[in-house]
Amino acid sequence: MTQRNLIFGGAVLALLLLLLAVSVVRVPEDRQAIILQLGRPVATVNTWQPKQAFGETGAGLVLKTPFVQNTVFIDKRIMSLDIPPQTVLSTDQLRLVVDAFARFRIVNPVRMYETVRTEERLAEELSRILSSRIRNELGAQRFDLLLSPERGRSMDNIQDAVNRSALAYGAEIIDVRIKRADLPPGTPLEAAFERMRTARQQEALTIRANGAKEAQIIRAEADAQAARVYAESFGKDPEFYSFYRAMEAYRKTFNQGNSSVVLSPSNEFLREFQGRRGG
Amino acid sequence: MPWQNNEDGDGTGGDNGGEKRNPWSQSGGNPSGQQGKRGNEGKGDAPKAAGPRNPWGDAPRPRGPNGDDRPKSSGAPDFDEFIRRSQEKLRGLGGGQGPGGGGGGGRGRPNIPWGLIAGGLVVILLATTSAYQVGAGERAVVTRFGQFNVTNGPGFHLKLPAPIDQVTKIQFEDIRTDLIGTADGDAENLMITGDGNVINIAYAVRWRIRNAEDFLFQVADPSATVRDATESAMREVVGRSTLNNAIGPERASIAEQVRERVQEILDSYGAGVLIQGVDINKADPPGAVDEAFKDVSAAQQDAQQFLNQARAYAQQISAQAAGATASFDKVFEQYRLAPEVTRKRMYLETMESVLGKVDKTVIEAPGVQAYLPLPELRRTPAPAPEAGAAR
Repeated sequence: MTQRNLIFGGAVLALLLLLLAVSVVRVPEDRQAIILQLGRPVATVNTWQPKQAFGETGAGLVLKTPFVQNTVFIDKRIMSLDIPPQTVLSTDQLRLVVDAFARFRIVNPVRMYETVRTEERLAEELSRILSSRIRNELGAQRFDLLLSPERGRSMDNIQDAVNRSALAYGAEIIDVRIKRADLPPGTPLEAAFERMRTARQQEALTIRANGAKEAQIIRAEADAQAARVYAESFGKDPEFYSFYRAMEAYRKTFNQGNSSVVLSPSNEFLREFQGRRGG
Repeated sequence: MPWQNNEDGDGTGGDNGGEKRNPWSQSGGNPSGQQGKRGNEGKGDAPKAAGPRNPWGDAPRPRGPNGDDRPKSSGAPDFDEFIRRSQEKLRGLGGGQGPGGGGGGGRGRPNIPWGLIAGGLVVILLATTSAYQVGAGERAVVTRFGQFNVTNGPGFHLKLPAPIDQVTKIQFEDIRTDLIGTADGDAENLMITGDGNVINIAYAVRWRIRNAEDFLFQVADPSATVRDATESAMREVVGRSTLNNAIGPERASIAEQVRERVQEILDSYGAGVLIQGVDINKADPPGAVDEAFKDVSAAQQDAQQFLNQARAYAQQISAQAAGATASFDKVFEQYRLAPEVTRKRMYLETMESVLGKVDKTVIEAPGVQAYLPLPELRRTPAPAPEAGAAR
């Protein structure tokens, strides 16, 4: 008796729970939901609003008509759009491999659902648009501008252009950035290396030559200084200096003692040799 | 392991078994049956209710790695009381089929109180999903029916039971490090500098979570976002720098600029991430041109060497000049006092010392041809130092 009542009660409870389960939708904080009534979108839940704090969003429990309405969940978070590296040809015919990425968010889930259905297909479409935009925009630049901070402006141009296309899919491009910009491997990279190498060689040669120059100047200055010191001192009596210096030279020259000297008696040294001559 | 707890519970249940066996300990005796039932609830904590020991005491253990017992005692008595009472009730009802013994709950006996068992399970489910523990350095983000409710720090917390409140725990305080490029090995991470040169750079970004709910809900794949943003910011900053600055003096300031830039980018996404720092582990010229770069520093050494040699020469020359002039000055001072005598004396002394060592031939009369003893005439070349001294 009690048993039957209990089972009956349980069944009713289960039925109620089931009904509740199909008529209530639990929308998480990082999702937005579209409620479709027989395939036609009738409402959106927890769509993205700027400056909305978590906890005050539309996330949570939502009622819907069971069996007639169903829900589709669309990501609410900022998603990544990673495109394969693009080879960009600058106006001066130099190649650069550009690896860019973008971040986007779905701001109009109904539009997005109607046009591409899934986030994956949206990302595919957007990356196609983005890569062609990047090629076009960066291809219209000179190579040195591609490397320069001026690039910031072309990134903005790209972002604006892609954004216009993205709005048609209900998405918003938040940021377009270049992750890498490299010289293509092979000849361009080798050429860059060669240029760097020759620049270094030039630098090394310049440094050595400058060192030699400086050294020479130092020597010359020292010589000049010495000459000045000598002149100052010896200039006091040039005649005595030449005598003094000659004496020094004689000492040095004949120091070895293996020379032969032929002397005339009229030599100053031998003046007294012959005794006093009539003079 | 819940199953070990289960055995414990069984053991204590056995002690009590003298008075009355309750259906819980019976099914506990048949682990497979118990397992099946518990599989339905999807919670491993159920056997806690089996033994007479405080079921609450063990409940949160599987959740936290460091089974700290203290926080559990807070708020426990209510549940404790509640569960004990429902246990009592169950025991009373289950007593009738005590002799059923090991056969357990598997058999469809007509007088098994299914409703009460189900009710008990629901109660246990509610009890065990109404509390959670947050470890040190963790944050728990609670969502109510999917909507963000609150973020809780470490400790023991109560919440509404499972289907209503859900808890996501994240390692909040962890500082994560992403390496980009390798500091050693052959793989090169090349990057173009503002002056069109190429450097090989390796760096790391250290970051942590600043805001748990932003981190969870704002950006899909936040760690890849951090990485992408860092690579992009590094490119941007290095692209503004020159080769020499990037590999040399400005490395630290580049790292700081990158950190600021990455933080800016991530803040613009609202990613809830704090960049602790960017470390440049390596910024070198690529291997292909490394030799040329080394030659530059060799050239700098060479130039320095030239200068040193020249300075040594200069020192030597000026010392020589100072010496020579000083000695001349001294002699000249004396010479001035008595020129004739001094001059004569110097001459004779010099001649004396010079001619004292050499072979001398004196030829008396002018016009006499002297046949010199040629073999003895060995001329010595003029000594080199004289040339130097003559300057």
